[in-house]
Amino acid sequence: MFSARRRIRERDRAARAAQRGLAGAVVDAAELSDAEAILDIQGLKTTFHSDEGTVHAVDDIDLVVRRGRTTCIVGESGSGKSATARSILQVVDNPGLIEDGRILFRADPEGPVRDLAALRSKGDAIRSVRGREIGIIFQEPMSALSPVHTIGNQISEVLELHSDLGPAQIRERVIDELNNVGIPRPDERIDAFTFQLSGGMRQRAMIAMALIARPALLIADEPTTALDVTTQAQILDLLGELKVELSMTMIFITHDLGVVAEIADDVVVMRHGKVVETGPVDQIFHDPQHDYTKELLASLPQRSAPLGEPEAPEATPAVGDAVPDGGRPGSVDVVEVVSDPRETVRHEHPQARPLLRIRDLRMEFDAVSGTMFGRRRKEKIVAVNGVDLDIAEGETLGLVGESGCGKTTLGRCVMRAYDPTGGELLYDDGSGAVDLAGLSQKQLLPYRRQVRMVFQDPYGSLNPRMTVRQVIGEPLRVAGLARGSELDDRVETMLERVGLRSSMASRYPHAFSGGERQRIGIARALITSPKLVIADEAVSALDVSVRTQILELLADLQDELGLTYLFISHDLSVVERICDRVAVMYYGNLVEEGPAEQLFANPQHGYTRALLSAVPVADPRVRGTRERVVYRPDEGESEESAA
Amino acid sequence: MLRFTIHRILHVIPTLIIISVISFFIIQLPPGDFLTTQVAALEAQGESIDPAQLEALRVRYGIDDPFWIQYWKWISNILLHGDFGLSFQFQRPVIDLITERLPLTILLGVATLLFTWAIALPAGIYSAIKQHSAADYTISVVGFVALAVPNFLAALVLAYVGFAYFGQSVGGLFSPEYVNAPWSLAKVGDLLEHLWIPVLVIGLAGTAGIIRTMRANMLDELYKPYVTTARAKGLPEGRNIRKYPLRISLNPFISTVGWSIPSIFDGEVIVATVLALGTTGPLLLAALKSQDMYLAGGIILIIAVLTVVGTLISDLLLAAVDPRVRFGKA
Repeated sequence: MFSARRRIRERDRAARAAQRGLAGAVVDAAELSDAEAILDIQGLKTTFHSDEGTVHAVDDIDLVVRRGRTTCIVGESGSGKSATARSILQVVDNPGLIEDGRILFRADPEGPVRDLAALRSKGDAIRSVRGREIGIIFQEPMSALSPVHTIGNQISEVLELHSDLGPAQIRERVIDELNNVGIPRPDERIDAFTFQLSGGMRQRAMIAMALIARPALLIADEPTTALDVTTQAQILDLLGELKVELSMTMIFITHDLGVVAEIADDVVVMRHGKVVETGPVDQIFHDPQHDYTKELLASLPQRSAPLGEPEAPEATPAVGDAVPDGGRPGSVDVVEVVSDPRETVRHEHPQARPLLRIRDLRMEFDAVSGTMFGRRRKEKIVAVNGVDLDIAEGETLGLVGESGCGKTTLGRCVMRAYDPTGGELLYDDGSGAVDLAGLSQKQLLPYRRQVRMVFQDPYGSLNPRMTVRQVIGEPLRVAGLARGSELDDRVETMLERVGLRSSMASRYPHAFSGGERQRIGIARALITSPKLVIADEAVSALDVSVRTQILELLADLQDELGLTYLFISHDLSVVERICDRVAVMYYGNLVEEGPAEQLFANPQHGYTRALLSAVPVADPRVRGTRERVVYRPDEGESEESAA
Repeated sequence: MLRFTIHRILHVIPTLIIISVISFFIIQLPPGDFLTTQVAALEAQGESIDPAQLEALRVRYGIDDPFWIQYWKWISNILLHGDFGLSFQFQRPVIDLITERLPLTILLGVATLLFTWAIALPAGIYSAIKQHSAADYTISVVGFVALAVPNFLAALVLAYVGFAYFGQSVGGLFSPEYVNAPWSLAKVGDLLEHLWIPVLVIGLAGTAGIIRTMRANMLDELYKPYVTTARAKGLPEGRNIRKYPLRISLNPFISTVGWSIPSIFDGEVIVATVLALGTTGPLLLAALKSQDMYLAGGIILIIAVLTVVGTLISDLLLAAVDPRVRFGKA
């Protein structure tokens, strides 16, 4: 108990030092550019100095966050939105440095205004603000929480630092807070490790941690980007409710305009470290001023109504009060649907000749439970559970579902990267059907050239030690189809076809941006003149504007070369935009399948409805008008409704 | 955790059996046997041996028995009676030879190990936190120099320094007058005076590796998002580093910590030989040279068993500190 006493003594010392530090940073309230402001960033510059040079991540920005509102900072990767958020708490990643500017923060509406940028980054003063007055949530809860400490331990720490409560009281408060953020059985979960929780539960724990000291301001840095869409919807609802309940102010950082439309009161658009436009959410979506904002909005999938212009003048509410304050209303209409996940809803439609007929495809994985001695108790994980699906020649079939639903496994089975446990893959390019599932590796060789894949990660899927020429030419060389100058010619032609220059062939992948790398990946897939291309989350890692370009390229190539796409994605808006037909998977089962317009306009299966209702709509005016559908499988055996 | 422990221990048994067979096989590999070595040595000195006597010896030691019978005799005596056999060379039980050297060997081994860790772990952590600073580079340079200089050379140099400048007797762990003296405070003091040379030589050479791994592990963890999270909670920097990145970056170290147990036992053979230390290292070398197979086999077996036990300890330690291992998630 000696250490506990010492810790308290240390805390008291730190508290006094923090008081002195904070007193030194007090600024006259008249300096705030808005009397309502809780946070007023003035001329902030955050710079990263490294051997490769200096990057101005945040380049002289002004930004006001008004009390009680949700301010969304949007921008593509590298726009400086995260660096801005981290500058507020002075937790910028090494070697970032706040060079200039003021961050005026007024925790209490009547309290003193302090300049956080004037505090030392490792001092007691800023530490007393972190966690206590400003909480922060990060993107990936798995890596943002320590894997070797229980969540209870990590959440308690905030109270140990910022309160006088004893261990038993702290534990009680933590359990209470876990309950508040909607974690079932909080008295057990408090002792769970991060890897024992689902992604949504982890993010809830992270939120509990950020909120337990009741900060006046919550910064959420892409908190839902790593989550599935239904989980995202739940977390957004939760944040909205908590914000009202705890009367907080929220800064929400995201690249997803759909999310912005759902929750923002004010929007700040950032690009290349600068603020290009700020305004109330309705104005940003319906009357954008800056070209970049217009560009971002234009890259959105065109849903029901055209964006960028108000539908009718009389329907345009006065800018600013179109949306009720407090973001997403606390009460969302929730409808629960129960149905059998093993039943497949098929929309009737005429179909062209199928290039690939998937019949009763099953893929099981053995999960060896326990240690090496527990081998006898094998568990089977059924990743694909008897799926029947046709892919017609020349069409784009979208395969959607949330992580773990088996869509990637299905794609890999078609590739025969996995050997399916059962079923048939009848491939018919006009010369008679062949069951790919039954072929040996050797017999499969000719089909390897006809069925090709584009991968998700443009960084991980290219060998950094091979030039672009080698990367793209490899499939031809391995197949013995071309050599020497003929090979080079074909590689260069292909490079031009995917929108790159033939002179780029001798460079290495690191010299290219994410979008260019994905073009290289596409070139590699197309070099053998395939019939069927499987694009597994091929645009998920790309920024919206680049994503649009790649999708256009894929569409052009399809027209030119008569390709058939199996487009696997978790992003429903992309699928709706480019797919002719859509198939929805849920825990290994195909639950619904049909033409894109029909399926999106009139979803039949409960899960499809839940999925579609969770997708944020990029129009602040429809906020709160839709009902939320929650799906529950109609059987006891599936796992607990994971968040 | 209990299940994990039991399973790991059960797993050790077949490993040990295989190791004992292999070590027995290896010590029999060189052509000839102890007697031929002895005869050759005697003949080189101009003496001759009665063939009948030689034959009697061969039977007595069972040298001509098949491999499995020899192995079985050897291992069953060890397991049932703790009898490691008789050393041909010393004409004494192997177990006596080993146990009389054991206390000093373990003392040297433990002292060296503690010295290495006491230097290397803080140095590695510090150079990671102060990456690219003068201190970081100095630590790395010193570590590499210590690694690169051959042990026996450093031992010789230090022994010379000790002798020339401090007037110490060189070699062994005691001055001549104390070797056979009964234990007293003066004898302990004399031991400490001698102990620092091998501890420094062996210990320093071991630091470089640990410094580099510790530094690299720490650098991997220091910039992980969970460290930023902890910082954003308002945790002081020092406590943050101790609680989060340090804890996780110790894992690779813990997972190899058990391997130092056998090195406590065998010591550094070459350094011990150069400095004429009365540890088991030089004994093993002598036994191998003279094909004293029971002595060599006994030592090798003990080292092998300690390696396996050390790995077991590492695994259990790792499971104790890392829940991911405990729950089979990493």
